[in-house]
Amino acid sequence: MNLKELYQEIILDHGKNPRNLGKFENFNKDAKGHNPLCGDKVHLFLKLDENKNVNDISFEGEGCAISMASASIMTDLMKGKSEKEAKEIIDRFLDMIKEKDDINTNLLKEDEKTKLMSLGGVKNYPMRVKCATLSWHALSSALDDFQKDVTTE
Amino acid sequence: MKIENIKKEFPIFNNKIENNDLVYLDSANSSQKPLVVVDRIYDFYTKEFSNIGRSVHYLAVAATNLYENTRTAVQKYINAKDKNEIVFTKGATEAINLVASTFGQKYLKEGDEIIITELEHHSNYVPWHYLRKNKGIKINFAEIDEHGDISLESVEKQITSKTKMIALTHLSNVTGAILPIKEITELAHSKGIPVLVDGCQSAPHMKMDMQDLNCDFYAISCHKMYGPTGLGILYAKKKWLDDLPPYQGGGGMINEVKKNDISYGELPNKFEAGTMATAQVIAFNESINFLNKIGIDNLINHENDLLNYGEEVLRKNNSVKLIGNPKKKGAVLSFTIDGIHPHDIATILDEDGVAIRAGHHCCQILHDKLGLTASARASLGVYNTRDDLDKLNESINNCKKIFNK
Repeated sequence: MNLKELYQEIILDHGKNPRNLGKFENFNKDAKGHNPLCGDKVHLFLKLDENKNVNDISFEGEGCAISMASASIMTDLMKGKSEKEAKEIIDRFLDMIKEKDDINTNLLKEDEKTKLMSLGGVKNYPMRVKCATLSWHALSSALDDFQKDVTTE
Repeated sequence: MKIENIKKEFPIFNNKIENNDLVYLDSANSSQKPLVVVDRIYDFYTKEFSNIGRSVHYLAVAATNLYENTRTAVQKYINAKDKNEIVFTKGATEAINLVASTFGQKYLKEGDEIIITELEHHSNYVPWHYLRKNKGIKINFAEIDEHGDISLESVEKQITSKTKMIALTHLSNVTGAILPIKEITELAHSKGIPVLVDGCQSAPHMKMDMQDLNCDFYAISCHKMYGPTGLGILYAKKKWLDDLPPYQGGGGMINEVKKNDISYGELPNKFEAGTMATAQVIAFNESINFLNKIGIDNLINHENDLLNYGEEVLRKNNSVKLIGNPKKKGAVLSFTIDGIHPHDIATILDEDGVAIRAGHHCCQILHDKLGLTASARASLGVYNTRDDLDKLNESINNCKKIFNK
């Protein structure tokens, strides 16, 4: 276990000053995520344009540094992506968090991958994996128009 | 048994946690087990095992006697009038469910009211919620004051002519508040209302005297009392156990079974259907022996000293905010740190071998009221020392360093 790996500067930064925090006008999709075990909450807002591209994305929520940083980094890099691309990135991110050493996709720039990889430290902290994946499951649910709130217990 | 050397009785402290000595501050969640209790389970399974209450062979009779010995030991420990007032359950949760279900079935109808408090653990709320859904009863909450305390008056305020039960905790697992149960019971009884007490947090730390408290029901969790998991105790006045219908049906709880009717067994069998947690019950006798050897007064003095010391140390730490400042407090130090989420605190503390709990501690109503989504909680057991609390404080300082606070 290595705390420095878990709490990298980039995570502390995004955790403390999350980007894209707060609801925006005219979103056309949203989904809530909740971790009943710890009380972490995220509400994701999404605007898909007529071509199904992510026009805007933001979130509201309360949670630990890991869950806030994850939502912050995710919303940053989803802007401009198509629905299909977004789903692909979600899958590759979840692969990386669960088992893979890398994020295997050419949809992201190297620096974006590096940012996401900084969340990989949770692999050594199984109880914290849900913190890192909460907002991603919420995004997945919003894209699928799945009305039920997601939980990550 | 010297309390200063008590850690030696608990084999878990011989192990390193990631190269650190274990600083176990999660006893409100579950306590560690002394070797005598672990050994008793091993001995029972290796030398004495049999099911109880059914067969007439040697082992069955001996095991039945051992099982009943624990019932008598519990009766004495909590000063109940009658040994048949002790019912073994799979946990305190089941004990409360048993009462909510059977009392609800017999005595509650639409529009009836019960009172709980904002301090309650989910296990003393959800079972009553079922009755709200199924029978249309109303649940009223006695409100906490600014210190996280519940007074006699705050309970009294909720009493109406429709109140049929008051169910409340003896010791809050978050604010540590010790409630004036005796006074509340006296008030409730003067209005003909029975009282159920969730004693999960109080039983390991306070002197138990059912006849003095005079409450109708008292739920105890054995795994928080240096005993095995999978075991709880429902204390109930005999008049209630005679009066209420059985909770679960099955073997052991019946008198006569015919195709057209069934009659139920006598106490305590009436509420102990099926094969019970026999080894756990028998081993729990050793937990009570262990507590008796320490002596409840010594235990209370030791834990009060730790609580006061812990509060003093954490109060001096500027970033730490303690939750709750009740008049009478036991065994729990809940806190937050500005700008660091309790889960991050718990993960960082864990790296130093300091085991605490973070989250809502099964008390979402209370956390909503306090305006918190989560808190960090260090809770005490008989094996803790001042040194443990110093290590907690050092580790909190390490958190602050990592988060640049």
